[in-house]
Amino acid sequence: MQERSCSSVVLIIFASLCSVSVQADWALNMTKGVTEVSNSIYSLHMQIFWVCVVIAVAVFSVMLWSIIHHRKSVGAKAEQFHENTTVELIWTIVPVLILVAMAIPATTTLIEMYDTDDSDVDIQVTGYQWKWQYQYLGEDLSFFSNLSTNPDEINNKVKKNVNYLLEVDEPLVVPIGKKIRFLVTSNDVIHSWWVPAFAVKRDAIPGFINESWTRIEEEGVYRGQCAELCGKDHGFMPIVVKAVSDEEYQLWLADKKASIAAEVAAASRVWSLSELMVKGEQVYQKNCAACHQPGGQGIPPMFPALKGGVITTQQQGEHINIVLEGRAGTAMQAYAAQLSAVDLAAVITYERNAWGNDTGDIVTPQSIQTMLKSK
Amino acid sequence: MASAVDHHHGPGTGITRWLFTTNHKDIGSMYLIFSLLMFFIGGTMALIIRMELVEPGLQVVQPEFFNQMTTMHGLIMVFGAVMPAFVGLANWMVPLMIGAPDMALPRLNNFSFWLLPFAFFMMLSTLFMDGGAPNFGWTFYAPLSTTYAPPSVTFFIFAIHMAGVSSILGAINVIVTIMNMRAPSMSYMKMPLFVWTWLITAFLLIAVMPVLAGTVTMMLTDIHFGTSFFDAGGGGDPVLFQHLFWFFGHPEVYIMILPAFGIISQIVPTFSRKPLFGYSSMVYATSSIALLSFTVWAHHMFTVGIPLVGELFFMYATMLISVPTGVKVFNWVATMFRGSMTFETPMLFAIAFIVLFTIGGLSGLMLAISPADFQYHDTYFVVAHFHYVLVPGAVFSIMAAAYYWMPKWTGNMYDEYLGKWHFWCSFIGLNLTFFPMHFVGLAGMPRRIPDYSIQFADFNMISSLGGFLFGFSQLIFVLVVVKCVRGGAPAKAVVWEGAEGLEWSIPSPAPYHTFEKPPEVK
Repeated sequence: MQERSCSSVVLIIFASLCSVSVQADWALNMTKGVTEVSNSIYSLHMQIFWVCVVIAVAVFSVMLWSIIHHRKSVGAKAEQFHENTTVELIWTIVPVLILVAMAIPATTTLIEMYDTDDSDVDIQVTGYQWKWQYQYLGEDLSFFSNLSTNPDEINNKVKKNVNYLLEVDEPLVVPIGKKIRFLVTSNDVIHSWWVPAFAVKRDAIPGFINESWTRIEEEGVYRGQCAELCGKDHGFMPIVVKAVSDEEYQLWLADKKASIAAEVAAASRVWSLSELMVKGEQVYQKNCAACHQPGGQGIPPMFPALKGGVITTQQQGEHINIVLEGRAGTAMQAYAAQLSAVDLAAVITYERNAWGNDTGDIVTPQSIQTMLKSK
Repeated sequence: MASAVDHHHGPGTGITRWLFTTNHKDIGSMYLIFSLLMFFIGGTMALIIRMELVEPGLQVVQPEFFNQMTTMHGLIMVFGAVMPAFVGLANWMVPLMIGAPDMALPRLNNFSFWLLPFAFFMMLSTLFMDGGAPNFGWTFYAPLSTTYAPPSVTFFIFAIHMAGVSSILGAINVIVTIMNMRAPSMSYMKMPLFVWTWLITAFLLIAVMPVLAGTVTMMLTDIHFGTSFFDAGGGGDPVLFQHLFWFFGHPEVYIMILPAFGIISQIVPTFSRKPLFGYSSMVYATSSIALLSFTVWAHHMFTVGIPLVGELFFMYATMLISVPTGVKVFNWVATMFRGSMTFETPMLFAIAFIVLFTIGGLSGLMLAISPADFQYHDTYFVVAHFHYVLVPGAVFSIMAAAYYWMPKWTGNMYDEYLGKWHFWCSFIGLNLTFFPMHFVGLAGMPRRIPDYSIQFADFNMISSLGGFLFGFSQLIFVLVVVKCVRGGAPAKAVVWEGAEGLEWSIPSPAPYHTFEKPPEVK
């Protein structure tokens, strides 16, 4: 009986391992990447790895040989030597030489990585809790990039897609073959912008601008993640970079600018409550739900409830103020610069009418625009 | 009631024996029991983490609680389990090894122990506070730990202060004891290596714990008194926090491994029945590791944007530190070479230490290569690296020491059969847990995430299974200890055939008072 239950446990474990391996791979090593720098880093990694393997094999085989042959049970008699200057000098000097040999290529690569001069495209990357903002310097173009994975996948209600947690609504689009300089900073806590295929990892630090660069050789979609613990949703702020040909990049730029202009124009027309509610729910789920929760209940005391809150049901002016300007000393960001007037109006309207708040208030894009102008 | 000569009284009775004791053996035992308790609390948190990471998706806990678990697991293991265990071993063994009747400052000794239960009671109580426990990682980088921290951070700061005071007082006691209370004719270069490594560790503690205390105080004033040390918005510098933290943190790493080197240098010669190879080079290597540990802190910060020259300096200094560390490993292997070895449980743990610590040391060498570190940094590769130096490193050395000296402490032999079971389950469990972390780290899995993309699923499941095996096999250790305290084959004065040193010249169990007259040292 006991034997049977034991073997069934083993079976379950085995079966669950198999079921996962259908979708997962057994990657063992670093990715080689698609830039010159990432290739140099990959070869540095392999060199130091083999140095370590050789040292380990040498040390462990002497040890294993001693364990087998110099054991009391096979009648080994202990010698009494306890020093040998020659041997000690050798095993001090040889490692130093190996290290010098490793330090030379490492230094060359590092100098290369730090050379951010003469860039063709400059992009400012700003970390927010928990999304990335990309600003194309000199192009008057900036947008946010949010996780686009369906929450039902995260909560195991539906099957996870192949890019689970590595997909965003607006990827960063860049041209191949150009030197792209990243200016990395943060709006709140420290994040770290990391795309393994480029070997670019730079901490995004509030108050500082860090520089890094890449020159991508192949077209493709490259995925990465925030690498520095930045709070609750640190695991949920991926990076997706789409590398395209220069022509395609120019087309994309024009297209993107046009769609932003259209959004600005939309602010001047009249929006009904139901239109604002539909739009507002989308904006809310994307920007607000991580903290205030999809149902508006929040996670007090860090993230206050909006459902039935005093501010969201009564003080409309205060409500708009907090959304536009944030709240100092908390995770509540200033959204005035992050969202369009339509989005702001929609999300505030949504928060004042959803989850039984039912104030009937309509905040129009025009009133938001007036407020922003008067600041 | 008490004997006429006050100095010769035995242990007190009841709870007051433990509350008021100034006896180094009692205090040592209390430190060890405390650290075992913390080891299980921190271990439970690790198992909650591993439970969540069995599969992709959120199953067991929510991200905010997950972050509290990673933070508290690190803090409890570093400050509550590993450090007090070494202080406990120092309390028990340093006086016995140098032929001293007790620690030099016995009342201070009592105080430094009793600070700890209060410090960790406060630390653990944050789990039940509004807003939850600290959730910013055991490295508590500002501004996540200041402006964006839960209200419980203030209690965390106070707990760190108390644990820090305890460590500093303990370190002062060790230094004063070793410098003043050695048996006549025991020169520094005749001291056992465990004593040597602890002497150096104690200096490290005194040098860096005040830095940590200063850092958390700056956090406190940033949070409550309107300063902006770490707030760029007020003219401060979040990177300054990291420089201060790692100026403490890197020597702290060595605080957790140097006494382990000492323990292994006691155990390997005993079970090889051969003197330690290169005693003086061991002393010099330990000292140079300690000195170099002050010059490598920024290798934890290769991606924060320090200038190229700084990057190069810290890379070279870090690579250099592998030389004295290598010397130590080579010396242990040379001690085993042409010895006459037996493989009781302490020796098994010691051999596993050498092998697995070397693996952790070699991955450390890889991390030292700054350009490559841009890919390794903040991934599971780093998690694998430091768990290889801390679990089969620090923790295995503590286990080895416990098995090695337990017969001396209790007067009874422990159950060798159970000890071997404990060893093999731990050995297999920890390798299953931590080895696959190298692979997922290289494949790109960031650390401190509650959920991961599906390509990392297989190895994470193996890690979790290994984690549970490792965790539950520590219960065998508790069984061994309880059995050994309660009885067993009586231990001789010289417990191990090849054992040398003053601690074996006294009977087993060690009497309540030892070396009231200084012993002769050859």
